[in-house]
Amino acid sequence: MTPVEKTIGKVANFADERLGAAGWVKKSLNKVFPDHWSFMLGEVCMYSFVILLLSGTFLTFWFDPSQRDVIYNGVYEPLKGLKMSAAYASTLDISFEVRGGLLMRQIHHWAANIFMAAIVAHLLRVFFTGAFRKPREFNWILGILLLTLGLVEGLFGYSLPDDLLSGTGLRITSAIIQALPVVGTYISFFLFGGAFPGTGFIPRIFTLHILIIPGIFLAVITIHVMLVWYQKHTQFPGVGRTEKNVVGHPILPVYMAKAGGFFFVVFGVIAFLSAVASINPIWLYGPYTPGQISAGSQPDWYMGWLDGLVRMAPPLETHAFGHTVSWNILIPALIVPGIVFTGMALYPFIESWITGDKREHHLLDRPRNVPNRTALGVMSITFVMVALINGGNDILATNFHLSINQIMWFSRIGIFVLPPIAFVITKRLCLSLQRADRDLLLHGSETGRLLRLPHGEFVEVHEPISAEKAFLLQSHEQPLALEISEVDSRGVRRPGALKNKVQRRLSKAHAVSVPKVSEQELKEIEHH
Amino acid sequence: MSNELVPMDDSIAPAHAPRSTDINPKAEKRAEQQIAILFGLSGLGSLLLIYSYVFVTKDVFIFIPVMGNQNAQQLGIGIGMAMSLFFLGMAAIHWAKTLMSDVEVVNHRHEFRSSDEDRDAFVKTVKTGAAAAGLGRRKLIKRSLGAAIGLFALPPVLLLRDLGPLPKKQLETTNWKAGTRLLTDPGNRPILASDLEVGAVVQVLPAVEHEDERPLSDIAKDPVLLIRLREQDFQLNPEKLAMTHDGIIAFSKICSHMGCAVALYEQQTKHLLCPCHQSTFDVPRGAKVIFGPAARPLPQLDITVDAEGYLIARAAFSEPVGPSFWERNSQ
Repeated sequence: MTPVEKTIGKVANFADERLGAAGWVKKSLNKVFPDHWSFMLGEVCMYSFVILLLSGTFLTFWFDPSQRDVIYNGVYEPLKGLKMSAAYASTLDISFEVRGGLLMRQIHHWAANIFMAAIVAHLLRVFFTGAFRKPREFNWILGILLLTLGLVEGLFGYSLPDDLLSGTGLRITSAIIQALPVVGTYISFFLFGGAFPGTGFIPRIFTLHILIIPGIFLAVITIHVMLVWYQKHTQFPGVGRTEKNVVGHPILPVYMAKAGGFFFVVFGVIAFLSAVASINPIWLYGPYTPGQISAGSQPDWYMGWLDGLVRMAPPLETHAFGHTVSWNILIPALIVPGIVFTGMALYPFIESWITGDKREHHLLDRPRNVPNRTALGVMSITFVMVALINGGNDILATNFHLSINQIMWFSRIGIFVLPPIAFVITKRLCLSLQRADRDLLLHGSETGRLLRLPHGEFVEVHEPISAEKAFLLQSHEQPLALEISEVDSRGVRRPGALKNKVQRRLSKAHAVSVPKVSEQELKEIEHH
Repeated sequence: MSNELVPMDDSIAPAHAPRSTDINPKAEKRAEQQIAILFGLSGLGSLLLIYSYVFVTKDVFIFIPVMGNQNAQQLGIGIGMAMSLFFLGMAAIHWAKTLMSDVEVVNHRHEFRSSDEDRDAFVKTVKTGAAAAGLGRRKLIKRSLGAAIGLFALPPVLLLRDLGPLPKKQLETTNWKAGTRLLTDPGNRPILASDLEVGAVVQVLPAVEHEDERPLSDIAKDPVLLIRLREQDFQLNPEKLAMTHDGIIAFSKICSHMGCAVALYEQQTKHLLCPCHQSTFDVPRGAKVIFGPAARPLPQLDITVDAEGYLIARAAFSEPVGPSFWERNSQ
């Protein structure tokens, strides 16, 4: 035994005699993680969250979350002598007088953008591969919760510096709160500590931004990751991979080294971006005053689609009985996002209702093999993209010399027309890909070599594909549509006729697929 | 319900192919050196960071193609940090990929459903516990518990009451009153009607007691835009036309949609555009909404001149300025 081993042994013994953890730790270190590039997306989320905690803590050492008036007397000449809030002045000081302060601000901001982007990418991966299915519905819902929290946390974060751009964002936030029927005005006055902009909002969202929401984040992320751990990771189909096993590398040492190394890579990339690419240069915007605004005011990208929806809303307000209801704010800013997020959270249950499938699933789907789900996903992406484009309509108009009115009308019509078109195209593409898989399996892959047969005919030589690939192409299930008859076994009409009809229709649409190669067909080919 | 295939035999899986580092000692040595170099680059990054922090002063700028003039200290600290982190991570990953075992192993999954015995025992435990508490039998306790919990929820909400004052009439009123002088913003100077040429736009605020110490909540509702057109350009009803003075028309600058400052005036089309959501208001027609999500025109301020010829408000705004709210009476 080397001296090092001896010391480690002593420490381990000390701990185990008090915690009895050897059995559990041994089991955990042998835990297997399947390998696939797309499984890194969730890691990027977690790592950028850690980076946010680190850089955010650094920023709190100097940031003064107060709306008290100060006269700026720092090193940035153009703003010298101007009246501004202590929050804005201290953000300027962090940017110009704390060594590495600007870098940390940019790391924090870049990490936030990457955090949200990684969440969305991770969500899409989980959605398109069906990783949300039983038994992982809880984790899917926790993920949606994290996405929603991220939107709020991001909004609060970029509102803290109290510059002209972020103040404009808060003005819009206050208008959304005010638009709530009955209680809106009161909630707005309580949150802002009086009429907008009040004096209370920045210190209050500071507490939420650095304490409450990160606390909730930390708790939910912990549960999210513990559930992945406990339920074991999903895996892509392949030879030797079944619903009953998980194939991959053990935690110690390969996964630990790769995942641990990847944290530093993510941090390094964000640090590099922050070193060379400016983000949110608040000194250019000036301090917030409600009477001014800068053209091209844009929220961060993850809020852009919501802003785009607000922009395209029709000018609808109801005036009745001495009250006003602003549909032009309520529908795009609260009702539509509410439907979108609730629908996302419930989707695993909706799909299981449609397919009637209540089994556990640990093998992932190839998106093409579930055309309906894939099409629904692309349809949703299209919806958000149209909204996002409209959220940047002013920027697009000035950069590409377009008419802002035309972009707006394009979005207003496109938001209804384009998603269904995307659905149909995607579904057809999926079916075409299934057909291609079938051809590949039956006829092998094209080699590009032409042969001239003795009687003059030209044929292309096809090579049979590998057994591994052949397995992949036919290992998936093709569920049949549910058979729900309108009458029960005694010929009596079953209750819930409409519900049954809807379920039958959806189930039928969901089960549309190109029949995969049967065993008999395969055998026939072998005899050729 | 599905045409499930019999799982294929594992024997069709290709044999595990060894990497060059597994069989070639030279390749192994090379990988080891590469990893060491990566760790070395990380160390260099840390040194660059320390050097930039301690020895580079804040006022040094260096020119870098594409990026332009960059602050040397920030850039040095940033690049140093990026290198130190990135190469550390790359070294670990390269190590794992080339030298650590790449043989895949298999774990088995367990079914999540508990065994029937466990589930029965669970139900029994809960039932025993509930019976011991006797909640089902003791109606009085059950009802009073419900009432107490209901009341218990109120204090936390009530305790938040002092977060802010009640709205009262604050959203309905501004500092504009009959006779209030229009002062330039910035500058706080009164304006003569003749100061404005045709096509000119001026932002004004009401004259108040302490003009240099306006609270932001006043600036959030008081700003007014003065625009001078040719009189024949107006397409207003007589009532609204009477609110203009000598071709000068005054609108609240606070957007009737979400309260942004409606700051973009296009002289040729005489349109006011809100940069937030592109609501477009036609000035000659009394800031009528001609595009975008705003549902109401910008409120118009009734203006005239006082005895000295300075512009004043003839009356307060006849409707609340800014975004809508539940209590807003639009009749």
